Amino acid sequence: MSTPKKAPRVLSLPAKAYLVLYNVIQFLGWSFILYKMVDHFTNKGLKVTGLWEQVEIPLLIFQSAAVFEIVHSATGIIPSNVGITFAQVFSRVFLLWPILYYVTETRDQFGFPLLLVAWTVTEVLRYLYYILNLLSAVPAILQWCRYSFFIILYPIGITGELISCYCALPYYSITQEFSVLLPNKWNFTFNFYYYIVLVMLAYIPVFPQLYGHMFLQRKKILGNKKQD
Amino acid sequence: MEIGILSTSGGKQLATLTVDPNSTLKELKTQIHRLKSHLYPDRQEFRQEPRGKGLDESKTVAALGLKDKSKLYLKDLGPQIAWKTVFLTEYAGPLFVYAWIYTRPWLFYGEDAASQPMSQVSHIAAICWVFHYSKRILETLFVHRFSHATMPVRNLFRNCAYYWVFAAYVAYHVNHPLYTAPCQIQSYIALGFWTVCELGNFSIHWLLRNLRPPGSKERRIPRPTKDPLTLLFNLVSCPNYTYEVGGWVAFTAMTQCIPAGLFAFAGFYQMVIWAIGKHRSYKKDFKDYPRGRKAIIPFVL
Repeated sequence: MSTPKKAPRVLSLPAKAYLVLYNVIQFLGWSFILYKMVDHFTNKGLKVTGLWEQVEIPLLIFQSAAVFEIVHSATGIIPSNVGITFAQVFSRVFLLWPILYYVTETRDQFGFPLLLVAWTVTEVLRYLYYILNLLSAVPAILQWCRYSFFIILYPIGITGELISCYCALPYYSITQEFSVLLPNKWNFTFNFYYYIVLVMLAYIPVFPQLYGHMFLQRKKILGNKKQD
Repeated sequence: MEIGILSTSGGKQLATLTVDPNSTLKELKTQIHRLKSHLYPDRQEFRQEPRGKGLDESKTVAALGLKDKSKLYLKDLGPQIAWKTVFLTEYAGPLFVYAWIYTRPWLFYGEDAASQPMSQVSHIAAICWVFHYSKRILETLFVHRFSHATMPVRNLFRNCAYYWVFAAYVAYHVNHPLYTAPCQIQSYIALGFWTVCELGNFSIHWLLRNLRPPGSKERRIPRPTKDPLTLLFNLVSCPNYTYEVGGWVAFTAMTQCIPAGLFAFAGFYQMVIWAIGKHRSYKKDFKDYPRGRKAIIPFVL
């Protein structure tokens, strides 16, 4: 997700302690979601029904909490670009609330488990990596996982996200919820249905860039090891 | 003497040119074009360092201090397109898109829309919009003197998307059957203000044209002339942008339409960036540049 820049940053002790705490809480939260998810698949097989109920509360809490990371990047305690962090967090929160939470039909379709697997595995790895990175104790295997798993998880995740968005469209087309219609004094309209379509279309230019960026990072970070 | 030409990406040797000290970089570009047919002169930029500043092509080899076996870096600016072509495409689009949506096509509004009444403001807004872009096209053809002949083709698609999509966005709302006009007094006052801004913007363009002798790339400090609308130069470096923003704010007030306001804001944001760059450039190039001038907003920015 948020990728580190080159120069090691000098963090004050309170900032470092805070980040370790934040990442530990996230790691525990997402590990719990992972557990519930695996538990569901073990007992129910590949059935989608009931999966949302298993993970709903921790998912809403811990994924929403990611907005803190926008603040972290804005204040500079993490070295990520604010714009990129914002885009990444926004896409998650967008999927989570107006799509999955609001439109109950989206919890019963194939896209949901796809995105849940991608999100959960990615986040457990990512937050563990951040914790150990702050303590300068990242084992090579974890680094490899963090910069390799994305290769299949990214495409799986965005497939799930796009399918879920598509499933939510009929609801917003019919209810016109979150939309502003004419006539009004300010001659302003906002059509949430079309907004979802716009977000889906945005994946076309954005995904290759993010995916490509991860590959570059992988080459930079894992590639160096090979030269030893 | 021989000059080695190296690529800015990778430092690879592209060519070795035989030149005399009085050859201009422009002549060198012609030589390179003969060697590499895809690198027409407008696509070439010489630099003394791979990431250095682009060199003025009218300078001679000797003036740059180059000797035998010296090296110059060449950057490929990518496929280029003439500024004029860019502007005409960028401005014709919004003009026709708005005019088309003004007719309330069924594609946007459904079958019954065209026959429904339209408020006076919507008619006036369409005239203003068409006038504004016609003026821009005419200025591009007859008024502006461009310091650089071309720009990268990539920009064309990005810029056109911006202009065309925003034109459709604003037009859709102002011409909508359910559009609500603000009170007439507001619209008329805003229209008056808009007119002044259009005239002001043109006055500045005219002044800038006459500031630069034809065929030259010379830069001089712009100062107010007899035209009172140019007095804004006493307060800002880029009054053309000030008037442009003023015009769009007026259009927004006239139509009381948030989409128009968003368009005005987007333009404002971009013009602030350009104005600050120009302002800094003026201050750097002219030791006697008038202090007290701001970039785009009098007394403020």
